[in-house]
Amino acid sequence: MADDIIVLKNLHKHFGSVKALNGVNLNVERGTVVVIIGPSGSGKSTLLRCINYLEVPTGGEVWIDGRLVTSNPRQLNEIRAEIGMVFQLFNLFPHLTALENITLAQRIVRKRTREEAEAIAMEQLRKVGIPEKAHAYPGQLSGGQQQRVAIARALAMNPKIMLFDEPTSALDPEMIREVLDVMLELAQEGMTMVVVSHEMGFVRAAADRVILLDEGRIVEDTTPELLFTAPRHERTRQFLSQILHK
Amino acid sequence: MAVHPSLSLAEEGFLVLSRRDPLSKRLAQFPWWFLTMILIALWTAYAIYSRDNYREAFERIIIGLGVTAVTSLVAYGIALVLGLVAGLGRISHSVVFNNAATLYVELIRGIPMLVLIFFIALVGVPTVVEWINALGVWLDRLGWRQAGQILGGIQNQAIPMNVRAIIALAVTYGAFLAEIFRAGIQSIGRGQMEAARSLGMTYGQAMRYVILPQAIRNVLPALGNDFVAMVKDSSLVSVLAVRDITQVARLYAGSTFRFREAYVTLSVLYLTMTVALSLLVQLLERHLRRDG
Repeated sequence: MADDIIVLKNLHKHFGSVKALNGVNLNVERGTVVVIIGPSGSGKSTLLRCINYLEVPTGGEVWIDGRLVTSNPRQLNEIRAEIGMVFQLFNLFPHLTALENITLAQRIVRKRTREEAEAIAMEQLRKVGIPEKAHAYPGQLSGGQQQRVAIARALAMNPKIMLFDEPTSALDPEMIREVLDVMLELAQEGMTMVVVSHEMGFVRAAADRVILLDEGRIVEDTTPELLFTAPRHERTRQFLSQILHK
Repeated sequence: MAVHPSLSLAEEGFLVLSRRDPLSKRLAQFPWWFLTMILIALWTAYAIYSRDNYREAFERIIIGLGVTAVTSLVAYGIALVLGLVAGLGRISHSVVFNNAATLYVELIRGIPMLVLIFFIALVGVPTVVEWINALGVWLDRLGWRQAGQILGGIQNQAIPMNVRAIIALAVTYGAFLAEIFRAGIQSIGRGQMEAARSLGMTYGQAMRYVILPQAIRNVLPALGNDFVAMVKDSSLVSVLAVRDITQVARLYAGSTFRFREAYVTLSVLYLTMTVALSLLVQLLERHLRRDG
């Protein structure tokens, strides 16, 4: 059996009468980069948020690194600390500096000392290319810089998995590049990544697998090469022609 | 419960004088009301200085200022704690905590403050003392002699009216402040809680380190306004014979029949405190807005 770090079994999520997820089965092997695409409302973000239980699934199972995720708060916090998440709107803590944003959870969740946490934070800031912004507040940073701090904040926890929820869709075009470069580097280092994004450049350069979600179901599960050259389903062809000709 | 929202208008009004508008327009826009308030205060100050009746009234009433200040400050401090706990309860997903907090807030908001003061001081406190006594007896029977005797020995009569007044004001204002805290917490976007939880923080840690620091900063002006309101409402404790400035003014007026001197002085004292505090709140608000 392959080394699957994420296993989703028959996942369902209903919001009232809306079925955001309708029986999703997905195994993600350690070290792979999976990009989820699909029309809006297809359940991409919901799927991502079910992996770390920000949304509690209505039915089905989530297994992370061999452990079944439940609503038990203690276990949940442990598992979440292993899963970094990057949001569309960054969600940096505006009352803290970039450095404090990155050290806060290290100190209270990972119980690291201030010196330790700050050293790791600076290392991560260097990695995302903005060590000089350590003492800036989020409001003083551009969108691209904020998103890079958010990535550094997640990485400082030494996660085993990184989830990206449309990380570039709130950014001005000239800032998308700097965020994608950081993600690309991360992918090359072998991080397990699940990315909701329509950046086809990133899909070509970094994705091992591409999944098309539609109406809460996985419609296509393929490689980037096959996605563009030989999509298996009509729905995939339609969707690709829409996003590639926009 | 905003106290003097128009004070900033006063300031803008004074700026009218320096503009190049026609005289008639400048006169029409000048804040005459604020000037009048200042003149009333100045006239009273002069009366206290020059007339024996007023001076005597002032000297008698000012004795109560310490009680008014201590009652307001201590009650407000306790109300902040009660309000924060109840405010957290109002947004809690725990059925018990949420319902308890909502019951508290709705009960208090539905009863006139004067009635609440009587009720808490004369019914609430004695009832709680009875419970504590009963707990003491129970502990005593369980063999916890010392704790039992201390709790069982608390006498209702031993609790002074000043303390009861503070408890009454604190419990009342706690419910108002709870709504301010709740609104403040709800003004912080969902993404903040999600980001904190995704990093593995518990709900409590996320509240303490991420949500509350932002929420409290947002509601500081509202909290300040409620402190000003509390200073005014502290006059209600005079019905418990607590010797705050209102009570000593009543006593003075009753014994000398100098009602005018007593109540003019009392009113101007309150006005001075509330206007000064409101200006402070406004400075704070401006400071926060500039930094934010």
